[in-house]
Amino acid sequence: MTMMAAARVAGRAAGVSPGRVGAVIARNVGALRSGPAYWWVLLSGFFEPVLYLLSIGVGVGAMVGTIEAGGRVMSYAAFVAPAMLAVAAMSGALAETTFNFFFKVKYGRTFEAVLATPVRPVEIALGELGWAMIRGSVYTGAFIVLLVATGLSSVAGGLLAFPATMLVGVAFGALGMAASTLMRGWQDFDLMAAGQFALFLFSGTFSPVGDYPAAVRALVEALPLYHAVELVRGLTVGPGGWALAGHAGYLVVLAAGCLAVAARRLERLLCR
Amino acid sequence: MAEQPLIFARGLVKRFGDFTAVDGIDLSVAPGEAFGFLGPNGAGKSSTMRMIGCVSLPTAGELRILGMDPARQGPAIRARLGVCPQLDNLDPDLTVEENLITYARYFGMPRGLARRRAAELLEFVRLADRAGGKVEPLSGGMKRRLTIARALVNEPDIVLLDEPTTGLDPQARHLLWERLFQLKRRGVTLVLTTHYMDEAEQLCDRLVVMDGGRIVAQGSPRALIAEHSTPEVVELRYGQESPAEVAVKLAGVGRRVDALPDRVLVYAEDGDAAAAQAHERGPAPASVLVRRSTLEDVFLHLTGRTLVD
Repeated sequence: MTMMAAARVAGRAAGVSPGRVGAVIARNVGALRSGPAYWWVLLSGFFEPVLYLLSIGVGVGAMVGTIEAGGRVMSYAAFVAPAMLAVAAMSGALAETTFNFFFKVKYGRTFEAVLATPVRPVEIALGELGWAMIRGSVYTGAFIVLLVATGLSSVAGGLLAFPATMLVGVAFGALGMAASTLMRGWQDFDLMAAGQFALFLFSGTFSPVGDYPAAVRALVEALPLYHAVELVRGLTVGPGGWALAGHAGYLVVLAAGCLAVAARRLERLLCR
Repeated sequence: MAEQPLIFARGLVKRFGDFTAVDGIDLSVAPGEAFGFLGPNGAGKSSTMRMIGCVSLPTAGELRILGMDPARQGPAIRARLGVCPQLDNLDPDLTVEENLITYARYFGMPRGLARRRAAELLEFVRLADRAGGKVEPLSGGMKRRLTIARALVNEPDIVLLDEPTTGLDPQARHLLWERLFQLKRRGVTLVLTTHYMDEAEQLCDRLVVMDGGRIVAQGSPRALIAEHSTPEVVELRYGQESPAEVAVKLAGVGRRVDALPDRVLVYAEDGDAAAAQAHERGPAPASVLVRRSTLEDVFLHLTGRTLVD
């Protein structure tokens, strides 16, 4: 299955023009040039994980004290911080590829205009995903600076985690984009928000998944945020090892599969 | 080398499920020509335009744009087309100027050049004073002009205009026509759809009349009028009598008599003579208008009904 998806991505990627993908990204920079509205949208996405880190990591952490995870004992805030970093990457990418992307497809008819130019559907998908990753990276970059400044991460850990958060952004960006092309209307966003919140609460973010019943644990381990959290946590507070490659692999496959779905659906929707 | 048609289609078909939007049409558009698709809504004009614009692939038949195959060379063809869609799809998140610059970038134009081109085009469509403003507050006519400017950003060989003046007020229409006429004089090939007869007569060198997905007539506006109508038309309106009843009494006057729901049309070589005859044969009309024949008459004759939106 995943091989087929990867082959399809490769097939569609044939003849992709980096310049045109860049132009799709540049459109979003153009939106930033066009006035303050989009700046506020971008800024708002930064605060959510910061507030969670303060309220739960630091606030609840003061009552919890230390926690044992992966055979190591650490402060609760140090346990939660990498998870919030992964969440920041997820939220940043999802915000761009769900609400904004859906609007451009359905209501703004923005892409309809783009497809009258040499740009192809797969190039739109790649450009929008690239932009989602850039947006997510701005959040995670700022968040990493915050973590280093407050002593919750070492400088080396932060530098290692940054590319990992880019991968997390691409994976969730592609997932959100594929979901957007399948959505019927705004009512589906409530479902998505519920799903996103469930992931946020139970993906080993606030408590180690080892504490869950076996069945729940298996479910959580099949879901993407778990792998994102484990990857980022492993790189910042440990433990490292080959398991990290597995988590990264999961995210790569997710990104490729979802990108293929998104490009195909976009073509179906707009090139009838 | 003989002049190759810019657009060539044979047996072109577009189906959506069971519905056949375009039902086997043949086309050939020469460089520098202003070519029109005339027809009511649902005639298949927009579907044809989308196929020519290489965003929708034909279900069957042959199509060549600029000598290329849309199925395999879509991006290369689209690089040389300018498209003005029926509904404005300007980018609401961008300023007027940024709409053009961003669009130019999709064609691979460097930003500096795109900026200069945008400034020129805003001048051309008289929107230079709105460059830094958002798109939303613009009037319908301004948005359409901006859309046309956007269609010209890559200096296209062919400009496709889908109902360019629908919904615009008379001043806005005339300004737009004047700009399109300038483009035509520069040698740009224009392909447009319209359901306005006056627009087709003003702008098109040649046109096809579409109905139900097929081409029912083609030629220059003048040739179509000569072939399917008479030089003059008399419009007669009556008070009590129904047009259908009057039409029976007027049979034989002029070359042809048509009854519409609200009036009787008499097609004749000499309108005044036909009007006088109609006075003798039928009841006294409430109003009489003798006018030159138009494409509307051709359309009525070919499709047997008035244009409905």
